[in-house]
Amino acid sequence: MHVDPSDKEVITRVLQGEQKAYEVLVTRYQSFVFTMAYRYTRNREDAEELAQSAFVKAYRCLSDYRGDAKFSTWLYTIVSSLCLTFLRKKKLTIHSLDHASVFEVADRVDSGMRANIVEEKSKIQLVNDAIALLKPDDAKVLTLFYKGDQSLEEIGLIMGIEPNNAKVKLHRARQRLKEKMQQYFAVEVEEFIQS
Amino acid sequence: MNQEKMDLQLWNYIDGRANQEEVSFVESMIVTDAVWRNKYKELVEVNQVLKTNVELEQPSMRFSKNVMEQIVGLQPAKATVKYINKNIIRSIAAFFILTITGFLVYTFSTVEWVSTSGASPLPFDLNKLNPGQLNFSKLMSSKWINIILMVNVVLALMLLDNYLRRKKRSSVEN
Repeated sequence: MHVDPSDKEVITRVLQGEQKAYEVLVTRYQSFVFTMAYRYTRNREDAEELAQSAFVKAYRCLSDYRGDAKFSTWLYTIVSSLCLTFLRKKKLTIHSLDHASVFEVADRVDSGMRANIVEEKSKIQLVNDAIALLKPDDAKVLTLFYKGDQSLEEIGLIMGIEPNNAKVKLHRARQRLKEKMQQYFAVEVEEFIQS
Repeated sequence: MNQEKMDLQLWNYIDGRANQEEVSFVESMIVTDAVWRNKYKELVEVNQVLKTNVELEQPSMRFSKNVMEQIVGLQPAKATVKYINKNIIRSIAAFFILTITGFLVYTFSTVEWVSTSGASPLPFDLNKLNPGQLNFSKLMSSKWINIILMVNVVLALMLLDNYLRRKKRSSVEN
């Protein structure tokens, strides 16, 4: 039976000069790294560029990974820091609830074909559309916790905050997600509850 | 109990982060209080929805190939801890501390702490104040000025350090 090598095994091989082995880590984490970048940039091209930079930077600094934390936690810290630098450089304001683009997303979701949307839109789409309406930080904390397999301690490390603050952030992110779903997708949510 | 505190306790319970005492409390509240029970059901549902429905975005098909092409010819850099010797950092810190301490000790040791009787430390007579008569060179060479300058330098360094730390912290939190 084929067992995928652990992150640490791959890292050892890469550090011993087997550069090709790094592709295993890229393939393993590319979706997550890309999603994190996309939560900040809201633009696929920028997100892809940022995600690639994160992998290149991680490769260059691989010797600095001491193995105290999970490789994913270390990698997401790099992504997080690159995203913040990107936002500062581009002087983009972090999308707030008042931001026009939020309403744009909401309008797109809400416009035309409502009848069809109610039928066709899956619960998965609803949740992910609602996440797209959140602030990047809220979206990030939810993604890290529910998809990134990161504990609150690890989220704290990635975001540079105490685990208790990470807990409060997670709690508020869930709360805001619920509010977004009620605000923009009340009809669809009702449909699901009844079905 | 306010709503946020109740939510937090319930989330701690759902996430398995509550201690034994909190678990007992939350469980008893869920059994006895309809508000807690309804809220618990609602949060469990939200948790379930998030667990099963959060999706990851997919990058382009060429993503991993692009990354591998970018790292061709690159090598992982030497570990930072290996080439930044802690002793060097300690030596630099010790140099600055010794220099500042040395200046302070020298300055304080050369001060005449007892003023000469009747003589004014000021380089002019206040009663006959005339801007043209002021001797600024005497004022500027005063030991007191040196002390004040040294103390200000130390305070400025402390303030700068404090400011940079705050700036770093706020950038991390934002």
